Amino acid sequence: MAMTRKQQRGALIGAGLGALGLAAGLILYALSDTITFFYTPTDVVEKGVQPGTRFRLGGLVADGSIVRGQGKTVSFTVTDTAGTMPVTYVGILPDLFREGQGVIAEGVLDAGGSFRADTVLAKHDENYMPREVADALKEKGVWQQSDKPAKEGTQ
Amino acid sequence: MTPEIGQFALVLAFVTAIYQFAVPMYGAWRGDSRLMAVAPPAALLQFGLIALSFGCLTWSYITSDFSVENVVRNSHSDKPLIYKISGVWGNHEGSMLLWVMVLALFGSAVAAFGRNLPPSLKARVISVQGSISIAFLSFILLTSNPFNRLDPAPIEGQGLNPILQDPALAIHPPLLYCGYVGLSIAFSFAIAALIEGKVDAAWARWVRPWTLAAWMFLTSGIILGSWWAYYELGWGGWWFWDPVENASFMPWLIATALLHSAIVVEKRNALKVWTILLAILAFSLSLVGTFLVRSGVLTSVHAFAVDPARGVYVLGILCVFIGGALTLYAWRAPTIKTGGLFAPISREGALVVNNLLLTAACAAVFIGTLYPLVLESITGAKISVGPPYFNLTFGPLILPLLLLVPVGPMMSWKRADMWAAIQRLWAAAVVALVVAVAAMAWQWRGPWLAPLGAALGAWLIAASVQEMLNRAKFASVPFAVALARLKGLPGAAWGMMIAHAGVGVMVIGIVGITSWKQEIVTVLKPGETQEIGGRTVTFIGENPVTGPNYTADRTRFRISSGGVEVSEIWSEKRIFKPSNQPTTEVGIEPFLDGDLYVVAGDRAADNGRTVRFYFHPLVWMIWLGAALMFLGGCCSIFDRRYRVGAPKKAKIPVTQPAE
Repeated sequence: MAMTRKQQRGALIGAGLGALGLAAGLILYALSDTITFFYTPTDVVEKGVQPGTRFRLGGLVADGSIVRGQGKTVSFTVTDTAGTMPVTYVGILPDLFREGQGVIAEGVLDAGGSFRADTVLAKHDENYMPREVADALKEKGVWQQSDKPAKEGTQ
Repeated sequence: MTPEIGQFALVLAFVTAIYQFAVPMYGAWRGDSRLMAVAPPAALLQFGLIALSFGCLTWSYITSDFSVENVVRNSHSDKPLIYKISGVWGNHEGSMLLWVMVLALFGSAVAAFGRNLPPSLKARVISVQGSISIAFLSFILLTSNPFNRLDPAPIEGQGLNPILQDPALAIHPPLLYCGYVGLSIAFSFAIAALIEGKVDAAWARWVRPWTLAAWMFLTSGIILGSWWAYYELGWGGWWFWDPVENASFMPWLIATALLHSAIVVEKRNALKVWTILLAILAFSLSLVGTFLVRSGVLTSVHAFAVDPARGVYVLGILCVFIGGALTLYAWRAPTIKTGGLFAPISREGALVVNNLLLTAACAAVFIGTLYPLVLESITGAKISVGPPYFNLTFGPLILPLLLLVPVGPMMSWKRADMWAAIQRLWAAAVVALVVAVAAMAWQWRGPWLAPLGAALGAWLIAASVQEMLNRAKFASVPFAVALARLKGLPGAAWGMMIAHAGVGVMVIGIVGITSWKQEIVTVLKPGETQEIGGRTVTFIGENPVTGPNYTADRTRFRISSGGVEVSEIWSEKRIFKPSNQPTTEVGIEPFLDGDLYVVAGDRAADNGRTVRFYFHPLVWMIWLGAALMFLGGCCSIFDRRYRVGAPKKAKIPVTQPAE
């Protein structure tokens, strides 16, 4: 059963629209369900984020806040200098995780107002601050160019 | 002096590119063969000049010339030689220089090997290549000059990010760029064909090997990057749906679709307008990838540029080329004559389904990658789109495709009997069923989908083997004859079979690492043990180690299986000298059933160490699958019919040497 040119074009266009429709449906469904928002500790309070919500928390690791508990559990405080939020994490922290540095933690806010992280991201290298964190700190007006490339020896 | 020569060569290359763009294009328009003949030497000269410039920058790195700012920022005299060289493209400016060099290399390859091309098509292809060179050479000269000098010169450089000091990552960017930029050839052929208003089987025979070569480079570049992420980053994963990964994956998906639709153009003279669109889209997505990575809108280890001028410039290039190409397409595509007719159930129809699903999957990845950027620029809300999104969208689009891959080759051109095609695959279906049962018996704890995933992989492999056996007629002719037939099958048939089987092997590997992965985080003291993946790992102890440009704590482990010692592995916490940057080296012991993967963590009380253990079942099948896909590409690209090239006009003995 050969088709005419017109029928063939129609079938191709129909199949194309079908595939696009399927993709669009899946994308819309997934976008409504799977995205994660980024908040600073201040945002969490201002936006009234409910316990149980999954989001990304960003800011600086507060000085002197890292406490290594029993074995694998680590707790620390994330600050955007205006607000703070306690974080607990079970596992191994990234190599460049340290006090006073930018960090992004992904996890869930628990009922007690502390953040249970299952992923902690620090920077990949010395010269880099997570962009969301840098932007958030700039908004708060506390951004310092402390992490620009070192220029030792170049005067 | 050397940097100045490099800079000067780059300026000359820019001027040559303008010449290469303008003169042949005008010549092809006027039908002047002398002007068209300018294209090949111009392309070769442009490549020679950029190669000279690249050589000058490399020399500055090798000799640690710290009067060059780029070298100061990215190198150090203590670095091993291979990382001094890879440092050339381990930064924004140098990697853009590599980008244009590969672009010019491909352009000059068309110039050198394109003797059989119709002169006007050849002139136009090389001219379009020249226009891309103009854009990116001016980008380098105006915003990202790698040859800037420093005065006074510092005594020592700042070093290259230690996690980039790795053999796989030394060759990952060049391979990826060969893939990205290789697609520019398909793009140039598409633009030239639109201008000429003619697409035929010869055109497809020209485009397909170039696309195939680009696709092979892209495949190997992507998989090397993911292999590096697997063993270097220590997160125990191999693919993270990171925007930078997606940037290279999108052109790969479209290039895969293009490879398949070009077959239809070549064999059946159909789907021509669609194939042109895919060729434009594939390179456009390479440009989008370059923009995402180079503009600094994404931040990751890859995003070097934070200068907004650069982002705007690349965005401008993007708009001109993609917008221009699509406008030309809308204007000229209707003039291209449509070709052969086919029924919906046919080989052509199957390849259309392949194309639609690959394109839709690419659209899903595209939206997931760009949505956060668009949303942030409109509403200011910061979101991240992670693996759950991609699993939910990419998965359902790609699974039916994988299921149908074996059916396509069983169908005949023009009109086919679907049921007969499926019936011919009964043996493969039995193998898939057996594998599903075996997988359930081996790993009964995993998710219920996992055995079905393994069966899908087995279905792909078994059907590929069966397809070859059918073609050689093992069932109907004597064994020796069938064997001879098998040997005589064309390279493209072997290529298809090996590549499709490779996809199957990779699917099984992906199922293994995603469904049956084991992960344990624990604190161990010397002498203590941990069970994982059916083996016992004993923490032996630690000792300090000194490397060429780092010092480290080496944490050693003994692996034993059934009470018998199998091997010893170690994981290191390294501190690199110039920057004091810490990194972690992962310990991996490969077994047939999977990798045992150890990551040393922080020190704990009483000589203890936090340690993360993983068992990654069948992960080697991911790497093997990619290698098979690459091998399949090799078989196909050396197929006889591409060597013959476009039909020759007259029997003139070809004696002149390659230009």
